Amino acid sequence: MSEALIFDAVRTPRGRGKRGSLHSVKPITLASGVLAALARRNDLDTSAVDDVVFGVVTPVGEQGADIARTAVLAAGWDLRPAGVQLNRFCASGLESVNLAAAKVASGFEDLVVAGGVESMSRVPMGSDGGAWMADPETSVATHFVPQGVSADLIATLEGFSREDVDAFALRSHQRATLARDKGRFERSLVPVVDQNGTVVLDHDEAIRPETTMAGLAALKPSFAFPGELGFDAVAIDRYPAVERVHHVHTPGNSSQIVDGAAAVLIGNERAGRELGLTPRARVLATAVVGTEPTIMLTGPAPASRKALDRAGLTVEDIDLFEVNEAFSAVVLRFQRELGVPDEKVNVNGGAIALGHPLGATGCMILGTLLDELERQDLRRGLATLCVGGGMGIATIIERV
Amino acid sequence: MAIHYERDDEGIVTLTMDMSGSANVMNAEYQQAMGAAVTRLEAERDEIAGVVLTSAKKTFFAGGDLKLLIGITRENAAEALGFVEEVKGQLRRLELLGRPVVAAIGGSALGGGLEIALACHHRVVLDDDRIRLGLPEVTLGLLPGGGGVTRLVRLLGPQAALPLLMEGKQLRPARAVRAGFAHELASSREELIAKARAWIKDNPQPRQPWDVKGHTVPGMRFGDPGVYSTLSAAPAVLRKKTHGVFPAPEKILAAAVEGALVDFDTALKIEARYFLELATGQVAKNMIGTFWFQLNEIEAGGSRPSGVDRTAVTRVGVLGAGMMGSGIAEVSAKAGVEVVLKDVTLEAARRGAGDTPGITPTDSYADLAGCDLVVEAVFENRELKNEVLAAAESAALPGAVIASNTSTLPITGLANAVTDPSRFVGLHFFSPVPKMRLVEIIRGEKTSDETLARAFDYARRIGKTPIVVNDGRGFYTSRTFGTYVTEAVSMVAEGVPPALIENVARRAGMAVGPLAVSDEVTLTLQLEIRDQTLADDPDATGALGGHPAFAVLEELVAEGRTGRSGGGGFYEYPEGGEKFLWPGLARYAREDAGVTERDVEDRLLFIQSLETVRCLDEGVLTSVGDANVGSVLGFGFAPWSGGTAQFINSYGLGEFVQRADYLADTYGERFRPPASLRERAASGEHF
Repeated sequence: MSEALIFDAVRTPRGRGKRGSLHSVKPITLASGVLAALARRNDLDTSAVDDVVFGVVTPVGEQGADIARTAVLAAGWDLRPAGVQLNRFCASGLESVNLAAAKVASGFEDLVVAGGVESMSRVPMGSDGGAWMADPETSVATHFVPQGVSADLIATLEGFSREDVDAFALRSHQRATLARDKGRFERSLVPVVDQNGTVVLDHDEAIRPETTMAGLAALKPSFAFPGELGFDAVAIDRYPAVERVHHVHTPGNSSQIVDGAAAVLIGNERAGRELGLTPRARVLATAVVGTEPTIMLTGPAPASRKALDRAGLTVEDIDLFEVNEAFSAVVLRFQRELGVPDEKVNVNGGAIALGHPLGATGCMILGTLLDELERQDLRRGLATLCVGGGMGIATIIERV
Repeated sequence: MAIHYERDDEGIVTLTMDMSGSANVMNAEYQQAMGAAVTRLEAERDEIAGVVLTSAKKTFFAGGDLKLLIGITRENAAEALGFVEEVKGQLRRLELLGRPVVAAIGGSALGGGLEIALACHHRVVLDDDRIRLGLPEVTLGLLPGGGGVTRLVRLLGPQAALPLLMEGKQLRPARAVRAGFAHELASSREELIAKARAWIKDNPQPRQPWDVKGHTVPGMRFGDPGVYSTLSAAPAVLRKKTHGVFPAPEKILAAAVEGALVDFDTALKIEARYFLELATGQVAKNMIGTFWFQLNEIEAGGSRPSGVDRTAVTRVGVLGAGMMGSGIAEVSAKAGVEVVLKDVTLEAARRGAGDTPGITPTDSYADLAGCDLVVEAVFENRELKNEVLAAAESAALPGAVIASNTSTLPITGLANAVTDPSRFVGLHFFSPVPKMRLVEIIRGEKTSDETLARAFDYARRIGKTPIVVNDGRGFYTSRTFGTYVTEAVSMVAEGVPPALIENVARRAGMAVGPLAVSDEVTLTLQLEIRDQTLADDPDATGALGGHPAFAVLEELVAEGRTGRSGGGGFYEYPEGGEKFLWPGLARYAREDAGVTERDVEDRLLFIQSLETVRCLDEGVLTSVGDANVGSVLGFGFAPWSGGTAQFINSYGLGEFVQRADYLADTYGERFRPPASLRERAASGEHF
C-alpha cells in the first residue's frame, strides 16, 4: 500500500446558467482547460500521468463519449495518459478523487488526475433520461421523486421551517461573498480564456452579495407543483406518518445551476519525488453508502461516519467540513445528525451561493477544503455530498 | 359459421361476425373462424377489392372471454399466450392484406372488440348514443393484450392514448371520432355499410400509419429532457390516484412507453408479456371475479327471490327532501319513474326537487295517492319514522311497497309502524345517491318475497346494483364499515400517529381515510349507535364496553369536537383551505406506539373481513357476491382485493387465520377468527 497524496487542485470559476459567462464555452474547453492549467502550474511531464478520471452527470451530446480522454487530447497532453468518464450523479467529482486515490493507494498506478465537468447551461439535467426516471416500470417500483421533493421531505420530517432554510442560504451567500472578496478562492481558481487569450470569466459569478431574508422569503417554492402533480403522494406512500410535505425549497435556498470544471492531481510519494511535486495532503479514507432512495439525500451523515470509522477518527477529529449545499435542508440535517457546529461547515459558502456544476462539484469542494485547511493551518477536513438514487459519499484528507 | 364470408360482384367481402352465444367474444370459436376468414381472404386476394367487417349482434364485439382469462395461471400461461399470439397474428395478417379493411361498427366495441376494429384501416361507427367504444380492460385488472396498447399508442401518441387505456374510458361514437380512433359517423345501418364501401373504393391500397416507412410515435422524441420529464411524472400522477395498489394501469403505462421505443412487432411482444403478468396475477383474479362474475350475477337477479314475476314501479313517493330524499327522487325521475317528493313544507320539497323534470314536490300526504312504492328518507329518529311511515301507507295504493332508507334502525322493528309488515322493506341508499351505485335491500322478519322482488326490480330500474341482506343492527354495510372507523380510532388511542393511519388506509386501497370518515358521520353518531346497541343488547357490553376507541370519541365530543358538521373532529376545517389533522391529537401520540405499518394496514382491512364472515355466519349476508360487491360499491373497500370476502381468499385462508390470531393476541379478541373461518381454512374451501 502506498499513500495517495494530493499535489494540486484547480478549478474554473462557476458561470451562471444560460445568461452566464460560460454558456458560450464548450464543456470540452472547460475540461481541457483545467488539464492544461494543471500541467502548466506544476510544470508537469504529462507522460507520467497514468489516467484521467472525470465525472460527468449528463454524459450525452457534447459531454458524451468519454470526455476525459477527449480532454487529454484536446489539452495537448502527451498521448500516454488514458481517460475515463464516470457517473455517480452529484458525487461524480468526488468519486473521481476517490477512485484516483484508490488507484494510487493500491499501487496499481502512480499518478492520476481526478476531475469533473458539467456545462449545465448547454446540456440540461435529465437529457440522458435513464431507467430510474424515464422507465415507468422502474420508477414505479422504486418510488422515484425529483430531488427537490426529497429535500422538502427532509425539511418536513426534521421540522426545518422556511426561515431555517432561508437563513442557511443567506449565510452561504454572506460567507461566499467574504471568501471571494478576501481572495480565498484564488489559490485554485483558473480563469477561463477564449482562443484569443481573452478572459471569459475569472470569478464565481453566481454569488449574490445583496441577498436578504426578505428577498429569499419572496421566492415561490420550486417543488410545490411537482408535489401536487403526484410526487408528494409517492413520497407519502413511503413515509406515511407525514400528513403533507411542506415545500420550503426555492431557487434561493437550493444549489444554483452553473457551468464549471475542476481537476486534482493525485499520486504516490515516488511519483511526486521524481516529478518534483510537493504533496499538500493525503487522502485518509473514502466511503460511499446507499440509503433509502425516495428521501434520497440523507447519505452524507452515514457516508461520513463510514469514512471516519475507516480512518479511526471521530467527528471531533475533523477541523473543517465541506457538505455540498444541494439544498439547505441537506446540510442542516447533516449537522444535526453528526452534531457539527456552524463554524466548521462550509466556511466559505457552498453551492447555494456558488453553484453546483454536477459532475465537477465534488472535486471543487475538495480543493476548497484543502485551501482553507492551509489558510487556517488546520489538519483534517472532510468533504461529503448527497447523491441521487439514495447514496452518500465522503472523503477525509489530512495535510502533510 | 361464426363469421360469414360474402363476396359481392364488386369484389367487396363482407365479414359478419355472428358467434354462437348472445354476443361475439374472443374465444376459441372466434379464433378458428377469424383464422379461416383471413386465410380465405389471402387466398382470394386478387379477386378482392376490400373487406367490410361487421357484426350480426346487437353489439359489434363484446371483448375477451373472461372465463378463459380468469383461468390463466403461471402453469398454463404458455397455452394462453399461444392463443393470444394466434389472435394477434390473424389481425396482423388482416391489416397487411394489401386491401382496404373497414370496420363497420353498428354496436358497442369494447375491449377485444375495439382491438379488432383498430386492426382495420378505417372505422365507421353508427351514430347512436347507446354505443360505447373503449378499452376497459384496466377496470378488471388487465390490459388490452390483443394489440390494443400497441395500436392506440401508435395511432394517438401516448399523451392521448394513455388516459383511454389507463382509465378504461368508454366513449360515445361522436367522442371516439373526436378522440381520433374512429374516423366517421353514419346515421343509419345502411349508411354505415355505404360509407364503408365508399371508403374501400377511394382507398384501394391503404396502410396502417405504423406500417408506413418512417412512422414515429406521436409525441415521443427520445433524448428530449421534456419527454423524459413527462415520463417521470406519469407514474406519480397515477400513484396519487391509486397509491400503487392497482398493477394494471402501471403495466399499461410501461407497455405503452416501452412499446413506443421499438418496432411494431416487438411492441406487441412487450405488450404480451405485461398482459400475461397481469392476467396471471392475483389482482386481476380478484377484480374479474367480483366486478364481472359476481356483479353480473347480482344484476341478473341472483339475490332476487325467484318465482315472483318482474314488476315495474310506476309512481314512487319519497318522504323527506333532504340530501338522500332528493337524490332518490332524482335518480328515479331520470329513470322515467313518476316521483312525488314530500317534505314538511312545500318550499323544502321544491328545493329538494330542484329542476329535475318528473318530480312533483308536495307537503301533503294526499299526493302519495297512486304510489306503488314509498321510500322514507327522513331523519334517523324512530318516532318520526313511525309517524311518516304510517301516514304514507294509508295514502299510497293498497298493496304498495313501503320502504325505509334507514342506515341504522332495524327494519323488523320499524315494520311495526305499518299495518302490513310483509310489504315493508329496507332500501338503504348511499350518499351521494346519483353517484353511488349500490342499494342495500334489507329483508325484515316479515318482509314477503314479493315485496323483496319489487324492491329489487325498482333498484334495477333506477340503474342501481342491489344486494339483499337480512335484518340486523347496521345491516351489512354500516356494520362492517363501522369496524373500520372504530379500529382506526382505537389506534389513535394506542398512540399511532393519525396521519399514518389515514395514509396507510389509502395506501391499502380504501377510498377514504377512516378518521376523515369518522368526522363525516360525526363522532356523536358513533357514540349514539354504541349506546343504542348496548341498550338493545346488554350482551354486547363485553365487545363494545372494552373497545379502546370509545374513550377517544368521548373525550373529543366532550371538547366539542363532534365532527365536520360541528366545525371539527379529528380534522380541522379552515375556511377556504384544505382540512388538516387536529394538532390536539398529539396528546395521544407516543414516540413508538409499537404498531408497524403492516399491522396498521392489516388491522384496518382484517377487521372488515372478519365482520363480513360474522355477517355470513349470522345470515345477515346470504351470498359471497353480495359481500364483495357491497363492500366495494357501498363503502369503498379496497377494490384491488375484490371485496371483503375475496380479500380472505387472496390472502390465503390459512395465512389469514394465522395472521388474525396474531392480531387477536396483540390487539384484542375482536380479531379472533370465527370457528366457521377456521373450518373453511382447514378444509381449503374458498369463499
